[in-house]
Amino acid sequence: MTDFIRRHPLASGIAAFILLVVFLTSFPIVPETKQAVVVRFGKPVRILNEYEAGRPIGGAGAGISWRIPFAEQVVWIDKRIQDVDMQQQQVLSTDQRRLEVDAFARYRIVNPLLMYVRARTEEQLAEQLRPILGSEVRNELGKVSFASLLTPERQGVMEDVRDSLNRIAGQYGVKIIDVRIKRTDLPDGTPLQSAFERMRTAREQEARSIRAEGAKQAQIIRAQADADAARTYAASFGKDPQFYDFYRAMQSYESTFLGDGSERPAPTTVILSPQNDYLREFTGKSR
Amino acid sequence: MFSGLGGRARGLFNDTKGPWGPKGEGGEPEEPARGPWGDTPKGGRRKPSASRQGGGNVSSLDEFIRRGRARWSPGGGLPGRPSGSIVTWAIAAVVLLWLVITSMHSIEPGQRGVVTRFGRYVYTLGPGVGLTLPSPVERVTKLDVENIRNTDLGSASSEDLMLTGDQNLIDISYSVRWNIRTPELYLFQLAQPDETIREVAESSMRAVISQVSLNDAMGDKRADIEIRVSENMQRILDSYRSGIQIQGIAIKQADPPDAVNDAFKQVTAAQQDAQTYINNANAYALQLGQKAQGEATAFDKVYEQYKLAPEVTRRRMYYETMERVLQNVNKTIIEAPGVVPYLPLPEVKPSQPQPQPQAQSGAGQ
Repeated sequence: MTDFIRRHPLASGIAAFILLVVFLTSFPIVPETKQAVVVRFGKPVRILNEYEAGRPIGGAGAGISWRIPFAEQVVWIDKRIQDVDMQQQQVLSTDQRRLEVDAFARYRIVNPLLMYVRARTEEQLAEQLRPILGSEVRNELGKVSFASLLTPERQGVMEDVRDSLNRIAGQYGVKIIDVRIKRTDLPDGTPLQSAFERMRTAREQEARSIRAEGAKQAQIIRAQADADAARTYAASFGKDPQFYDFYRAMQSYESTFLGDGSERPAPTTVILSPQNDYLREFTGKSR
Repeated sequence: MFSGLGGRARGLFNDTKGPWGPKGEGGEPEEPARGPWGDTPKGGRRKPSASRQGGGNVSSLDEFIRRGRARWSPGGGLPGRPSGSIVTWAIAAVVLLWLVITSMHSIEPGQRGVVTRFGRYVYTLGPGVGLTLPSPVERVTKLDVENIRNTDLGSASSEDLMLTGDQNLIDISYSVRWNIRTPELYLFQLAQPDETIREVAESSMRAVISQVSLNDAMGDKRADIEIRVSENMQRILDSYRSGIQIQGIAIKQADPPDAVNDAFKQVTAAQQDAQTYINNANAYALQLGQKAQGEATAFDKVYEQYKLAPEVTRRRMYYETMERVLQNVNKTIIEAPGVVPYLPLPEVKPSQPQPQPQAQSGAGQ
């Protein structure tokens, strides 16, 4: 044996390397994020680190494991929560309105064996879940009206979707954790434009009513002010209407002929008759 | 990892075949125990078999090593030791360095080190220097837990329309602030944590926006919306056991869509207009009220005095007023009543005449 090694260092080195690799691969390391199905000649024999609800991280499962070299293959399957996105699609609500809906589901592979048998790979699993999610969302949302899609009620709808999706996904060893609507949009084109149009007209209406309201209030304020002024005048001038007439006439003459101080009135020529009351003493006959 | 170990073993074999072969030394007794595979259950047994294999062939590598040794030994390398052990010592030093580097971990403040032993989570290292078993056995993943990250959704440049409760559309952009609460959950529970945060944020924001009206979403209910979204997100993320803590949501922008923005500006303009109307009316009311008060008070004062001596006051006021009035006007007194003279109007009025006042004053006599 030693002689052989001395004589053929290269060959024995390669042999040792192969042996080492085989030895090391017989003890696969299972990380926390993975679970694995050990397949012996195509037949699943063991499951490593299978998901168990409620088991804390760091519990039994992950760590170093073993397999029979060559005979057994390890198929790795993700243990974490994964998500599958539904393609955006149109949903017709009961009141015949269209909505673009985009949903996602989060799932975990809880039975790796079943998943391996039914779907083989995770990619295929996602491929199979996606259309199912789409059709379930469409079915359930088609049962409700447009308005209730926008209300808290839609959470209940989503739970229905999740439950019915779970029934199907269970066949793949998958547990759906939740289904959520990411977006609900009006489809491009006419529905979107008409929504814009409705918003625009609603705003215009609002603008008009705000202006009208402002004008109304302004008018009320002015009228009230006029009324208040009239009351003030009446209370004061009403004490002696005759004197008011005289007093106001004096004021009026003054402002008519002399101006109120801010601007000069047009020059005035007054033609007086000697019979004028002001010129009564002019003639000297009144006494 | 396996191939890496294998490659290392092969490298060792190639390196040592020269110096060990001719001298016939076999392996150093302490060296295999210190090797990286001495600690591992996997590789340890392979090591001696690899190292004992010494080829008989002399190659240029031998020459190279011998020259290297000759250069090193006078420099005070390891006097007294067999010269072949230099390579062994070098390997031992590398291995030792490897052990030290991979078993001591400096965790910065705000970081946590998640330790896995052969893939299984064992514990989490706090800040400071943490000791673990060397690398292939235990591995440390450092995570920044205190650092608050920002995930932006929607942007100012693109339109991200959402349906509000009153079936209007709103263009909204916001950011989520979050950090890692439980590093091991964050590492091991979610396949795509960052993507999950985005999706959960979008879903929660849309759910909340779809329950409020457009005006609320754009106006004073923003803070309320932020709180509701953040609570909603936290609840969902907790249900995934994601180990993520939502610190808050910040709505950066909540505007009507561009297509209807003008109409919304009209509303603002209308509000300004309405306020202007009201302000003008108030100014008028104030002015009028003050004027009425002033005039009424003036009248009252004069009337008080007038009551004391009505006739005299009346005449006095009359004369005084007429004085002031007639002082500043052109006066013509016509003696003979009944004879109306011909009045050349332009002469009577030196400046630009206005027939109206003249006619009035003529009529007023």
